[in-house]
Amino acid sequence: MARFLLRRLLVALLVAATVMTVSFLLTRLSGDLAISIAGPNATQQDVELVRRAYGLDRPLWLQYLDWVARALQGDLGESYFFKDRVANLIAERLPITMSLGLVGLCIALAVALPLGILAAVRENTWVDRAVMLVALIGQAMPSFWLGLILMIVLGLRLGWLPISGTGSWQHYVMPGIVLAFSAIPSLMRLTRAGMIDALASDYIRTARAKGLSRLSILVKHALRNAAIPVVSIAAVQLGFMLGGSIVIETVFALHGVGFLAWESISKNDFPVVQAVVLVLALIYVGLTLLADLLNAALDPRLRAA
Amino acid sequence: MSALLEVAGLHVRFGEVAAVRGASLTVARGETHCLVGESGCGKSVTALAVMGLLARGARREAERLAFAGEDLRGLSDRAMSRLRGDRMAMIFQEPMTSLNPSYTVGSQMTEVLRRHRPGTTRARALDRAVELLGRVGITAPAMRLGQYPHQLSGGLRQRVMIAMALMCEPELLIADEPTTALDVTVQAQILRLLAGLQRDLGLAILLITHDLGIVARVAHRVSVMYAGEVVESAPTAALFAAPRHPYTRGLLACVPVPGKVRRDQPLGSIPGVVPRIPPGFAGCAFRDRCAHARPECAAAVPRRAAGPEHEFRCTLAPDWATRAEAALA
Ligand SMILES: Nc1ncnc2c1ncn2[C@@H]1O[C@H](COP(=O)(O)OP(=O)(O)OP(=O)(O)O)[C@@H](O)[C@H]1O
Ligand code: SF4
Ligand SMILES: [Mg+2]
Repeated sequence: MARFLLRRLLVALLVAATVMTVSFLLTRLSGDLAISIAGPNATQQDVELVRRAYGLDRPLWLQYLDWVARALQGDLGESYFFKDRVANLIAERLPITMSLGLVGLCIALAVALPLGILAAVRENTWVDRAVMLVALIGQAMPSFWLGLILMIVLGLRLGWLPISGTGSWQHYVMPGIVLAFSAIPSLMRLTRAGMIDALASDYIRTARAKGLSRLSILVKHALRNAAIPVVSIAAVQLGFMLGGSIVIETVFALHGVGFLAWESISKNDFPVVQAVVLVLALIYVGLTLLADLLNAALDPRLRAA
Repeated sequence: MSALLEVAGLHVRFGEVAAVRGASLTVARGETHCLVGESGCGKSVTALAVMGLLARGARREAERLAFAGEDLRGLSDRAMSRLRGDRMAMIFQEPMTSLNPSYTVGSQMTEVLRRHRPGTTRARALDRAVELLGRVGITAPAMRLGQYPHQLSGGLRQRVMIAMALMCEPELLIADEPTTALDVTVQAQILRLLAGLQRDLGLAILLITHDLGIVARVAHRVSVMYAGEVVESAPTAALFAAPRHPYTRGLLACVPVPGKVRRDQPLGSIPGVVPRIPPGFAGCAFRDRCAHARPECAAAVPRRAAGPEHEFRCTLAPDWATRAEAALA
């Protein structure tokens, strides 16, 4: 168990290091930063000044090490546009994005688990096919389009929910639904496949031979085993959702990290873009590690290994 | 009094495979009925059909299927689940995979007792589990309660399954090759345990086995299955002394003197394999392997009586073997 965790931790650290490097390089490779910071009306002299002021004239590896050293101390630099520390900007917006991700995940699980179980119990009947069709449609639907439809129906026509902004919990419902939609198909398929496997297994036959109730057979014995992969994929899906929040937060003007990224990209505010990419990627790496931990906690065979 | 378990004309189909074709057998209280036959002849399917545990897609039909006089055919799943685990229990042929990998031995053993005896405290249920684990020959039973199936060997898992089946003191125990993964001493201990329960509580046992030594020692009655049919059924002594069906004689061919069966004596082997029988098949299914096959074996095969409670299905006359031996002499 300890060895397993250590290995996973090492892999996570390795991925994190790669992510840092890539997010650093991304901004450096997209053109001369000094020119973009100095602005369209700057002279050659201004550009040179900016280059020196921001240390962009130093060798790339030195800039990289400098950036890494600062990032490790939580110093992600200054935003050019917001005139604030990037770390502050992110700290302010991250809770909003996390809440959105969690709302999305809860909605996704609340839909995917029961439907997946239902499809498995009614395998190869019209119920199963109907559920799988819904999953297919969900997968094919672009999220910004679904977002607009929801806005029109729930927001404008019915007036049940606010269509944009960050003020209250109601603001999280529609974007949460849209985010959930992207995760539902895979979670549902996984639940269904796991339940079909479990229900055909010898230990479920044993549970039936013991005369256990239907609920106990389905939930305690079958779902408990089918859920092991679902739980770890759910953690990974949460990571995807946080990444997807860049689109969703923009559509719904929800002022989270995703919205911040969108603003900064349009303003060429590269320290912020870099930091958002880094933070989201690190959260993703953290969630993958969490998935492994959950897996180990749920599966006694892994726990002992 | 009628038998505890009565099965007559049982049919089970998996799509285009007729796995059981009109099998009949009865098990009385306090009796051990052994079911023998080659691999694939439908023993497990028969047992699962009785318990109502057939896989999805199986179709079961029967002329009679009764437990303690109660017709099982029309019973709802809920009513059936009240019987299962409580009054009728089953030990499966697959000890490695029959326990849930996510729960401890203790949790899996106690839940069956607490399901059928509501109000049983966890502590009492655990005591009962420890007692039974001890009785099936598991050392340090209390320690086993906290272990997961993957921490146990095949033999231990099989014994856990046996102990679990006995938690509620069932009236009928269906045991599908329960001692295959066990060494001879443990096997003997479990057979003694079952014999003891039979004596004290009148336990009825339907025992599926390939081991003629076990049959000779514990069975009151033996049924021989072939291709989904019971082709011969008789009290144990009568069957060993005078087997009538050519298939039974083939299985017993390795027993030199009636009644002298070695421990661990496997069933004899007959050239050829059990055929897959499609629905609507007529005649004797054994005819392509039978040395005595005749044209009339392709028509309906009669059920013949060869003595008190001794029946077989064959076109040959009951005394064909003795006459053949006399002719040879
Ligand atoms: N779930 C199933 N689906 C389709 N066919 C099945 C299924 N279970 C059993 N069968 C078929 O039914 C027939 C009888 O199988 P069964 O398991 O009863 O044999 P058995 O007598 O118990 O053999 P063994 O001694 O090897 O345990 C076999 O031909 C098998 O292929
Ligand atoms: S019915 Fe015919 S083929 Fe079948 S066992 Fe008897 S003699 Fe052999
Ligand atoms: Mg079998």
